[in-house]
Amino acid sequence: MTLLDVRNLSVSIPTPEGDVHAVRSVDLSIERGEIHGVIGESGCGKTMTGMAMLGLVPQGARIAADRFHFDGEDLSENASRLRGRRIGLISQDPAAALNPVLSIARQMDDVLSAHRDMPRQTRHAEAAALLAATGLPDPEKVLKSYPHQLSGGMQQRVVIAQALATGADFLIADEPTTALDVSVGAQVLALLRRLVSERGLTVLMITHDMDVIAEACDRATVLYAGRSVETGPVDDVLRRPGHPYTRALLAALPDAGPHGARLAAIEGSIPPPRIAIAGCAFAPRCPQAMLVCAAEPPPMRARATHRWLCHLPEDAA
Amino acid sequence: MKRLVHRLGWPGTIALAIILLFVLVAILAPWIAPYPTQGAGAPNVAAKLSQPSANYWLGTDHLGRDILSRIIYGTRISLTNGVLIVAFSLLIGLPVGLAAGYFGGWVDEALMRGTDVFLAFPALLLAVLMAAALGPGFLNSIIAVAVTWWPWYARLARAEVLVLRGQPYVEAARLAGVSHQRIIIRHILPATGRPLTVQAALDVGPALLTAAALSFLGLGVLPPTADWGQMVDAGRKFFPARWWYSAMPGMTIFIIALAFSVLGDALRERKGGPARDAA
Amino acid sequence: MELLRYILRRTVLSAFVVVGVTFLVFVVAQVVPSDPAALYAGPRPTAEQIEKARQELNLDAPLPARFATFAAAMATGDFGVSYKSRRLIAEDLRSYLPATLELAVFSTGLALLIGIPLGVLAAARQGKWPDRLGSFSSIAAVAMPTFFLAMILQLVFAQWLGILPLSGRLSREISISAPLPMVTGFNMIDALLAGRIDAFGNALTHLILPALTLASYPAGVAMRLTRSAMIEILERRHVAAARALGLSEPRILFGHALPNAMGPALTVIGLSFAYALTGAVLVEIIFAWPGLGRYVSEAILAKDFPVIAAVTMVVTICYVVMNLMIDIAQALVDPRVALS
Repeated sequence: MTLLDVRNLSVSIPTPEGDVHAVRSVDLSIERGEIHGVIGESGCGKTMTGMAMLGLVPQGARIAADRFHFDGEDLSENASRLRGRRIGLISQDPAAALNPVLSIARQMDDVLSAHRDMPRQTRHAEAAALLAATGLPDPEKVLKSYPHQLSGGMQQRVVIAQALATGADFLIADEPTTALDVSVGAQVLALLRRLVSERGLTVLMITHDMDVIAEACDRATVLYAGRSVETGPVDDVLRRPGHPYTRALLAALPDAGPHGARLAAIEGSIPPPRIAIAGCAFAPRCPQAMLVCAAEPPPMRARATHRWLCHLPEDAA
Repeated sequence: MKRLVHRLGWPGTIALAIILLFVLVAILAPWIAPYPTQGAGAPNVAAKLSQPSANYWLGTDHLGRDILSRIIYGTRISLTNGVLIVAFSLLIGLPVGLAAGYFGGWVDEALMRGTDVFLAFPALLLAVLMAAALGPGFLNSIIAVAVTWWPWYARLARAEVLVLRGQPYVEAARLAGVSHQRIIIRHILPATGRPLTVQAALDVGPALLTAAALSFLGLGVLPPTADWGQMVDAGRKFFPARWWYSAMPGMTIFIIALAFSVLGDALRERKGGPARDAA
Repeated sequence: MELLRYILRRTVLSAFVVVGVTFLVFVVAQVVPSDPAALYAGPRPTAEQIEKARQELNLDAPLPARFATFAAAMATGDFGVSYKSRRLIAEDLRSYLPATLELAVFSTGLALLIGIPLGVLAAARQGKWPDRLGSFSSIAAVAMPTFFLAMILQLVFAQWLGILPLSGRLSREISISAPLPMVTGFNMIDALLAGRIDAFGNALTHLILPALTLASYPAGVAMRLTRSAMIEILERRHVAAARALGLSEPRILFGHALPNAMGPALTVIGLSFAYALTGAVLVEIIFAWPGLGRYVSEAILAKDFPVIAAVTMVVTICYVVMNLMIDIAQALVDPRVALS
């Protein structure tokens, strides 16, 4: 069943130098109980897409969409009401996401008292239980601590526990492992997977790292220059990528290709977010670009539930 | 003009205009004061304590002198007070800060702990102590305030130098064997000077305010020279029945201090380019 | 551990500063004035009297020895005798110091009470009219000459509205007819100790105008500091995170963001206290408040240097101790301070 249904979402931020098109046209369809990865280079609009779902876009920003539904409710009207009730955020840098001058107990309690009607003692026990559920060994000790006394991995677990404390069933995880060591990051991903299966959560995983997609996600959507260019089951997207950009991303992975091969960085850079784009945004960097690519918006290609936008015929992929 | 308004905004531009107006008034005092002799101190007992009227726009004081003329003459004392306090403070603070920042080590430690001692005093109290020791008078009151003022410039200059000292061109000059004195004067002073000059110009307002407080306490210039702070104090005996005696010079001090304060605010706000209004 | 070392280091530095302060006061009070002996000897002294005074004051001793004597006397609270009244200065301070501290504490509280909520409001409504109005009043408060503000407040509240007393620390009916027993020297506390509600109210109404005068400048600074700190904090990730967790906006403003702005608030306490201690010189004259400020201003006119030195020492030490406590409090509120 589709929990999140987004069609043609755009977010633009007016500035004196003209509008910044942070998100141009994003389609997302997320099923209940899955971990859905959203991948792209920095500046592709993946974080802003997540923030739009939370209603936390910068002041003055305009959100438009053909469809922007969460569990049947229109997010363009209800985002701030659903935020923290049904939709939670696990942010990039746990050290920055926790308030440095308040104890963990106080920060957990604030969340619980905002969402759950329970007496103080129960809240304390619940906070400890939630911390334990995220795999923290000594919850009572963690509750007494301040953020700077915890390691990055522990901080991220606290942030996840806070998100669970809201009772949200849909979590937006914005690069949850970027600030962590690789091994700690893997543990956090494993934790998220466990929580999804144990608690029936749904997760939108924002990342720039194909490994994270491969390791933790069920399905994935690739963003380029504020547009969703490819979406499908992770196996399909990784093994038989449709869009040349996805192929370029995969080729850029260090362990791709024959041993000793040069790391294939993608030539060029993403188009600046202020200009309008007529055709395929990737055309200037695309090794297979044709004349039509820069002029006309690419059509949708599909292989079962695997879909992408490209002028190249399907079998060329 | 348009560029000025763009840089400072309207409040800042008006504040700057007010300050320039005061400077003009100070220069032209003898020509624009309605009663120049009274402004300079000559009594006019027949008209003592008359309220504001067509003859005496802002009323007269207990010796019948025109308050407007006194205020106009007082502008000279107040502005020179403000400027000289800041100048004297720079004269002490700048070398101390430069030396501390440039040489570092024990020189820095000694000089900065020294300034700490001066900063440990509540400022006005130290000024009062100094003024009491030196006795009242124009120059003495300026020295008294400058003594409490210079440590701020020492700190500011030191902070600027610490940034500059690491710059490649300073490093290069030092390696090339250029003398300390020359490096400081050629490379460090010009770069430190600019931010410090702006700060110092804006500090004329607060400096003048402090000087007014001293003269209110009877530690400033001696009568019959016109001085705003002293006028407020003298009018206190007749307050509030003859409110204008204190209120007019008091208002004047407020207006010029406000102008400096608004200008400073405008400069700070616009530092990083034009501020964008939140939508 | 770091915290303890930090506190120790700050304390040692403060002690060092106190020594420097003592030296400076010594120089200004005993070395700069042209002839302390002539002042000490009284009006129109004979050469003999001056010579006697020189010996009594130990003026012929070498400077280091004189400083040692001076410092030792200050350390033991022996401030000497007033040139003018020939009274023991320490005795006088016992009644004047609490009066000034009462004013300082009350005005500091008032400054925080006015400035911080206004700063939070201005930050929350950045660029809107509460922000603009607040910013302008804070600028105006900085530019307002203390002595002039005091007179305006007297005019409005005492003269026109007649709702607050013009000056003094207690009404005559109380200070003369039924005086309070002096226990702490703080009238409001003494009134409560004596169970005298009337005297308490009377002391409070006398305190309001001078305290308000002294509070206006630090309240303006508090507002500005709180505003800019809050604006910076409200843009931090943890505030966005708190929003994403569905916390209410007041809860975020006051429960999450404001505790991060406690640094500026503590700074304001120090500044406000210092301002009250110095502004006392001006305000106590205008409001006829029997505190250190009035005491020292009378001493200035009489060139009564022992009194001036004593008051400067006492006030400055209050100030240094206050700053030390604030630094320590800052380290306790935000443990990261001690690490830097």
